[in-house]
Amino acid sequence: MTVTQQKDGEIVETVTLTIDGIETTVPKGTLVIRAAEALGIAIPRFCDHPLLDPAGACRQCLVEVEGQRKPMTSCTTTCTDGMVVKTQLTSPVARKAQEGIMEFLLINHPLDCPICDKGGECPLQNQAMSNGRSDSRFVEEKRKYPTPLAISTQVLLDRERCVLCQRCTRFSEEIAGDPFIDLMERGAAEQIGVFSDTPYLEGDHAATNTSGDPFNSYYSGNTIQICPVGALTGSDYRFHSRPFDLVSTPSINEHDAGGDAIRVDHRRGSVMRRLSGEDSAVNEEWISDKTRFAFRYANGSDRLVYPRVRDEDGTLRETSWSEALLVAAEGLAAARDNGGVGVLTGGRVTVEDAYAYAKFARVALATNDVDFRVRPHSAEETAFLADYAAGVSPNNGGVTYTDVEQAPAVLLVGLEAEEEAPSLFLRLRKGNRKHGLRLFSVQPFASPGVTKANGTLLPVVPGGEAELLTALAGDAIGPSAEAEQARSAVRTDGAIILVGERLAAVPGGLSAAALLADTTGARLAWVPRRAGDRGAVDAGCLPTLLPGARPVSDLSGRVELASYWGVDSLPSAPGRDTAEMLVAAATGQLAGLVVGGVDPGDLPDPAAAEQAMEAVGFLVSLELRDGWVPQHANVVLPVAPVVEKAGSFLNWEGRLRIFDTVLSTGAMTDARVLNSIADEMGIALGTGDPRRIRAELAGLPAHEVRPTPPSYPAAELPKPDAGQAVLASWHHLLDLGSLQDNAEFLAGTARPAVVRLSAATAAEIGAQDGAQVTVSTERGAITLPLRISAMPDRVVWLPTNSAGSTVRRTLGTDAGAVVSIRTDGGARQAGDGAGHGTGDGAGHSTADGAGHGARHAQSTEEDQ
Amino acid sequence: MFEPIKGFGVSLANMFKPHVTEKYPEKMRPTAPRYHGRHILNRHPDGLEKCVGCELCAWACPADAIYVEGADNTDEERYSPGERYAGTYQINYLRCIFCGLCIEACPTRSLTMSNEYELANDSRQDLIFTKEQLLAPLLPGMEQPPHPLRLGDDEQDYYVGAMQNPGASAGAEYSPQQESARETAAKQGNGGAA
Ligand code: SF4
Ligand code: SF4
Ligand code: SF4
Ligand code: FES
Repeated sequence: MTVTQQKDGEIVETVTLTIDGIETTVPKGTLVIRAAEALGIAIPRFCDHPLLDPAGACRQCLVEVEGQRKPMTSCTTTCTDGMVVKTQLTSPVARKAQEGIMEFLLINHPLDCPICDKGGECPLQNQAMSNGRSDSRFVEEKRKYPTPLAISTQVLLDRERCVLCQRCTRFSEEIAGDPFIDLMERGAAEQIGVFSDTPYLEGDHAATNTSGDPFNSYYSGNTIQICPVGALTGSDYRFHSRPFDLVSTPSINEHDAGGDAIRVDHRRGSVMRRLSGEDSAVNEEWISDKTRFAFRYANGSDRLVYPRVRDEDGTLRETSWSEALLVAAEGLAAARDNGGVGVLTGGRVTVEDAYAYAKFARVALATNDVDFRVRPHSAEETAFLADYAAGVSPNNGGVTYTDVEQAPAVLLVGLEAEEEAPSLFLRLRKGNRKHGLRLFSVQPFASPGVTKANGTLLPVVPGGEAELLTALAGDAIGPSAEAEQARSAVRTDGAIILVGERLAAVPGGLSAAALLADTTGARLAWVPRRAGDRGAVDAGCLPTLLPGARPVSDLSGRVELASYWGVDSLPSAPGRDTAEMLVAAATGQLAGLVVGGVDPGDLPDPAAAEQAMEAVGFLVSLELRDGWVPQHANVVLPVAPVVEKAGSFLNWEGRLRIFDTVLSTGAMTDARVLNSIADEMGIALGTGDPRRIRAELAGLPAHEVRPTPPSYPAAELPKPDAGQAVLASWHHLLDLGSLQDNAEFLAGTARPAVVRLSAATAAEIGAQDGAQVTVSTERGAITLPLRISAMPDRVVWLPTNSAGSTVRRTLGTDAGAVVSIRTDGGARQAGDGAGHGTGDGAGHSTADGAGHGARHAQSTEEDQ
Repeated sequence: MFEPIKGFGVSLANMFKPHVTEKYPEKMRPTAPRYHGRHILNRHPDGLEKCVGCELCAWACPADAIYVEGADNTDEERYSPGERYAGTYQINYLRCIFCGLCIEACPTRSLTMSNEYELANDSRQDLIFTKEQLLAPLLPGMEQPPHPLRLGDDEQDYYVGAMQNPGASAGAEYSPQQESARETAAKQGNGGAA
């Protein structure tokens, strides 16, 4: 055993061994297969995967080790000092062993490469050629299974092709934590299967597998990618293409703020599939199913192709770019001089586009009325973002994925990681499994994402987060045993507090989080839900913040930026945030609005937002697809989806994730459209080319002045009466989000929409588990089956935007509000309810009178 | 002054020599038996398509003349015996160099070449042959897909069966029906499309 000094200064124990006659020194504990890889020696393998625990399941990696009687599996054998290893390159024994194993593996393999999706990129195909016998001696009948077996609506299994390497089962157990797939049966009948109520799965299909929670995983698509044979295939991609047809382009996930590296494969101008890229610092090799399967949202018939302008008689007509740009420029200039124009960018913009919106507002519209937030937000959040998010990146000490994984404790507030930041969830879970990370989550009930990461729930009533965080920051013994654990855990060295965008809706919440971080020394990071949010902060799409994290209120920063942009001055009055802009638009104080990818349904009060946009004098919509805003706009300017443009996102870490165009269609980025409008207004914006924008952003003079952290008081908690409850809500990862449109197979694994109540509250309103519970405000009502959960009393939880539960649209309110709850007491009828949320609680169905059933069906329909 | 007459003499002499001009297109002359002509997508004896949409022909093609997109068979709508069939199949005869590599690549012996050489046209569109044009015509006993499996319970029965009875295909080299099928095709007035 030698001890060597490594580069990073850490002392690592090493061992020295010989592989194929080459002497090599590796850290103690290294597997032989990795040591060989480092020397450039490829040992064939199927089950071995660097991110999964060793299994030794396939036996393909046999090598000869001197002094051992039999060949050993190099993927499970650790290197020892003086070990002499011979691989297939130098040892006839190893070669013969590998050929033998390959022959065994192929005994029951159907060899249907021509119809198999993996053909052409298949490790089994390749390694059978490189390390197998040239012919087969097997003449008997092969084992047959009905194919395909649906693992979920997106993943299909051909058991005949499976080599039982258990990569998929280990992934589901170790990485995702969803036991959706496992080994079943014994001996020759051993096979991969899914858990289902039916004990044996012959001929079983998707319909029965999506009925309950356990088989639905948000990560199941990864098994398709890691399966070393064609046993697991995607329903969506199945038979549609061949590896050699595809042009692969590295890109970045646009569905959440994770910044995951992905690979987009396209054929003849349309995207066929998306795979996970490899980035050990970000998403490792995993992505969520939403990232993998939701990519056809821009392919529908509602895609905007030509600009539109509204005629005098009120009709929208398609027109040329030159006319549309001219109308937009004239209208905006007039509106600017007659009250002003506000800019709402939406949360999906790239950094470049956000920068263009921010610059357009300041330079062309002479206003600070620009905001990227189309969700509940607050002035407190504006202040918080300026201080804790803007300008933070891994380069200047920002929290990273790796920090999270290695942290001794992580406290989540206003953030359900699995639903809102799926790759972050995988890191939290990995941290818990590998490094003993202790997760604490402040939310009303223990969601699957908390349970799977062995998290501890710190239960709160929505709105009570501020109080709890303040208590954790104080010296007093915490309000509960769990809180006490959390109180000491956040004080350990390296502890991290992650706050989600939902905390903005809790008065005093972000201030309390900042206070907790300050008093305990824990690091604090903001994790938004949408891909564009973080970049928009840095690019200056906030009413009080200019690009490069400089406050609007800071004169020197303004002057610096004005000279950098070559303009005389920049507007000095802080602007209005989204909510204030909408009020101003409704009351005529704003004469115009420039609206990017905004769906009014995402705002806390969609009806009011729509009224405001209808009332405003001049509405310009930069949109990808037709929708409410384009239909009510004066000018509609179509913009490019992420696949058709180059750009970058800042992920929640603040890491710049640059991507290139996948499909060149000539569709224009928001930045280029704004550049052209500005041109028509006689202003040079210089945002026509993303590379130029990035250079401009990178060249921004550094700015050090930081605004003061927010200190807002917590609000009084509402006191619901019997029959009322405080609403808690967050988005499911898979829901009605418009970026998931046209992804039919994906929707099948969405979690069922349910109402959650505590047992006591359910008893109070007389509802049993599974009964239809109606949650209502004076605006509307949502009726869903009840799931009794351990949570504070008089709190009701609903998914924000799932089938049958569009909280903001239907109830006109959001988390923290008091809503009415009632039930007619009956358990739900099987088959009642629509959407993919069915099947939940079906086991409780009782014959409860046809009248009830009919009424349920009706109310469910109305609510959708 | 005998010059003009001398010229007639040349013509006259040639009139009695054996001539090589073909009476094409009035009279088609058979090609060599293994001449590489237009492709045929063959059928199983019950009319189901042999092609499984595997794209191996497209992969093998040095001229990138073939475009295939696979699709799913269902029990209700079945075009070929297994799970997969060619949803789209096109050969671009402006690109094809008639090398026959695609034929060698085809694992199901679906793709073969006929002797048909009348492939001139004045539009690009018409020279991209679609699957309907390339499929062999239905012979007696064949049924237009989609239809259920008629010759066994699964695709294996078809493939094993094909070893004894490769099936007949109009236009395929050396098939017993070749001649009659050519006649049928000629009567229909096109190049053999069903
Ligand atoms: S399905 Fe694929 S990944 Fe799973 S055990 Fe079989 S071969 Fe391995
Ligand atoms: S004959 Fe040759 S060139 Fe023509 S399609 Fe086949 S492989 Fe391609
Ligand atoms: S013709 Fe043959 S090689 Fe080409 S796709 Fe069909 S089965 Fe495959
Ligand atoms: S790779 Fe070593 S046993 Fe499978």
